[in-house]
Amino acid sequence: MSDTANSEGAKLLPAFLRRLDPAVTTAFGCILLLLLVGSLYSSSFLSPEYLLQQLKVASFLGVIATGMMLVILLGQIDLSVPWVVTAGAMMACAAAAYGPVGAALAIPFGILCGAALGLLNGFGVAYLRIPSMIITLATNAVAQGLMVVYTGGFSPQDSASPAMRYLATGFTIPGIPNAVLMWAIIGAAMVFVFARTTFGRSVYGIGNRERAAYLSGINTRRVVTIAFAVSGALSAFGGVLLAGYASKAAQSMGDAYLLPSIAAVVLGGTHVLGGRGSYLGTVAGVILITLLQSILSVMQIEEAGRQLIYGAVIIAMLLIYGRQPA
Amino acid sequence: MRDWRFWTAEQQGTLLAIGIFVVMFAIYATNHPAGFTANVVQTASNKAVLLAFIAMAQAIVVITAGIDLSVGMILILTNCLASWIVLGTPLQTGFGVIGVLAAGLGCGALNGLIVIYGRLQPIVTTIATGAIFYGIALMLRPQPGGSVNETLADALTGKLFGVFPASLVALGAAVVLIWIPYSRSVIGRASYAAGSSEVAAYMSGMPIRSAKFAAYTLSGLLSAIGGLYLTFFSYTGEAAYASGNAYTLFSIAAVVLGGVSLAGGKGSAIGAIFGALAFRTIGDLLFVFDFDPLWQPLFQGLVLMAAVSIGCIGLYRVRNRLEWFG
Repeated sequence: MSDTANSEGAKLLPAFLRRLDPAVTTAFGCILLLLLVGSLYSSSFLSPEYLLQQLKVASFLGVIATGMMLVILLGQIDLSVPWVVTAGAMMACAAAAYGPVGAALAIPFGILCGAALGLLNGFGVAYLRIPSMIITLATNAVAQGLMVVYTGGFSPQDSASPAMRYLATGFTIPGIPNAVLMWAIIGAAMVFVFARTTFGRSVYGIGNRERAAYLSGINTRRVVTIAFAVSGALSAFGGVLLAGYASKAAQSMGDAYLLPSIAAVVLGGTHVLGGRGSYLGTVAGVILITLLQSILSVMQIEEAGRQLIYGAVIIAMLLIYGRQPA
Repeated sequence: MRDWRFWTAEQQGTLLAIGIFVVMFAIYATNHPAGFTANVVQTASNKAVLLAFIAMAQAIVVITAGIDLSVGMILILTNCLASWIVLGTPLQTGFGVIGVLAAGLGCGALNGLIVIYGRLQPIVTTIATGAIFYGIALMLRPQPGGSVNETLADALTGKLFGVFPASLVALGAAVVLIWIPYSRSVIGRASYAAGSSEVAAYMSGMPIRSAKFAAYTLSGLLSAIGGLYLTFFSYTGEAAYASGNAYTLFSIAAVVLGGVSLAGGKGSAIGAIFGALAFRTIGDLLFVFDFDPLWQPLFQGLVLMAAVSIGCIGLYRVRNRLEWFG
C-alpha cells in the first residue's frame, strides 16, 4: 500500500492529516484549484447559485457512480451503464403513460427494470464466472436491443410523471434541489453499508482476494450478485432522475455516463482492481468531473478541446496519485 | 507425434471461432437470395474486414492481459486524418497513407508509454487517451467531410481479378506481415508470457516491457489500418463519438468470440479475426432471413450472451471450488 510506503515522511504531519487518503485530498485540492481558476475567469463561479446548479448536475452522475463504485470495489466493472440508464428512464416513462396507477408505480418500475438487468450481470459474473467486462457488455447489447424493439428506433413519446419531475427538479428543503438530496440520501446509505454492515465489509473482502473471502465463509456469489443488482438499480434510478430532469427519455441519454462514472470512481482513489476506496473519494471525483466539464464549457472551449483537456487531466491526476507499486 | 496435441490445445479457441464462422457463413451464403457469388462475398468481406482489423488490434493487447478501450477512437482519429491527407497524386497519397499509419503507431505508443512507465491501469488509461484522440479527431473534422483518393479506395475495396475481394487480401497481408512475424518473435512470445503470468515471465528474464510496448503500438497501427479502411468505404471523415465507442465494444466482443482469454496469455489474433467475421455475419443472417431490422440489436445481444455463456460449461469440470476464483 502506498500509505506504508510514505509513512516515514508522513510522521511529520499532524495525526488528523495523516489519516487522510492522499487520493481524496488531492481530488478535493483539484476541486479548489478548478474553482480558483474559474473564479479568475468570472466571479460568478463562486456564486451559490452556480455551485448549487453544479451540484444538481453532479447528482445524476453521483447516483450512477455510486453503483459503479460498488462494482469496482469488487474488482469488477459494469459496462452496461449506458443502456441500463436508458432502460430505467424509458420504462419509467412508459409506466407513467398508464394512468394514475402507472404514474404512481413509474419510479419503482424503472428501478426494478434496472435491478433485473443488474441481476442478469450478477448472475453471469458470480455463478457462470463470465468476466464482468464481457457479460455487462452483452447485457448492454440486450438492453439496447429490447429498447430498440420497444421504441421502434425512435425516442419514445411518453413523458415523465410529475413525481419524477419533482424528484429531479423540485425543492423539498428550500434552496437544496431534490436531486442533490437524493444523492445525499443514497450516499449516506452507501457509507453506512460500507462501514457498518456485513455486506459492505464482504465487498471489500472480495475485492481484496475473493478466494480468501470464500474460505472465510462469505457467500461470495450472493454478495457479487446483489452488488451488481444494486448497481443496475442505481443506474436505472439515475436514468429516472435524468428523465425527470429532461421530462422525457431519449435514445442515447445514457452514453455520456459510462466513462465519466468510471473516471469519477477512479479519480476518487478507488483502486480499479478492487478492495480499496472510500465513498468520500467518489464524491470528490464526481464533483471534480462535473466542475471540469462545466468550466470548460463556460470558457467556450470547443468540444474538441474539452475532450482533449478532459482526457489529459484524468491521466495527469492519476499519474500523481494513481500509480501502481513498481 | 505428441506435438499436435499441444498445438490443438493452444489453438482451441481459434479453431472454435473458425468453426462458428464457417457454420454461420454457410447458412448465410446458402440462404442468400443471390446465392454464393463473388459479389456476395465481396460485400460481406468489405463489411467485416474493418471489424477484423480492430479485433486484431484488441487481441494483441488482450493477450498481454491488458485492454485497449481507445481502439475505436484511434480508428475515428485516423479516419479523420485520412480524409485530409490520403489525396492527390500517387506519391502524395502514398505519403498520406504512411502518415496515417504513423499517427496510429504514435497513438498506440502513447498508450503503451503511459501504461508501462506511468504504471496506470490499462482500462482507465485508454479511456482517458480515447477522450484525447477523439478531441484531436474533432479538431480535424468538426463537420463530416473531406475525401479520399478514390482510385486507391476502389482498388482496395473492389475485387482482385474480378473474383477475389481485395479487402480480404489486405487482411491476409496484415496477418502475414504483422501478426505472424510478431507472434513468432521473442517479443511476441514474451507478450504471451506476460499475459499468462507476469511475475514468472519477469523471473525468466523475458523482455516484458518491450513486449507490452510493442503490443500497444501494434494495436495502434492495426486500428489505423482499420481507420484507413473506414475512409475507403465511406469516402469521408467523420468524428462520430457513438461509432467510435461502438467499434471499441465490437472489438471486445469479437475478441471474446474469437477465443482470446481476457485474462491474457491465451488465443491469437487469427481467432479474433474469425470472431469478428462471425459477429458480423450475425447481423447479415437477420437480413437474409428477412427479420425486421429493429430486432437486429436484440438478436446480436442474445447471440453474444449465449456465446460468452458457453465458457461456463468448464465450471462443471472443476473439482475444487477454489478454482472458481482463478
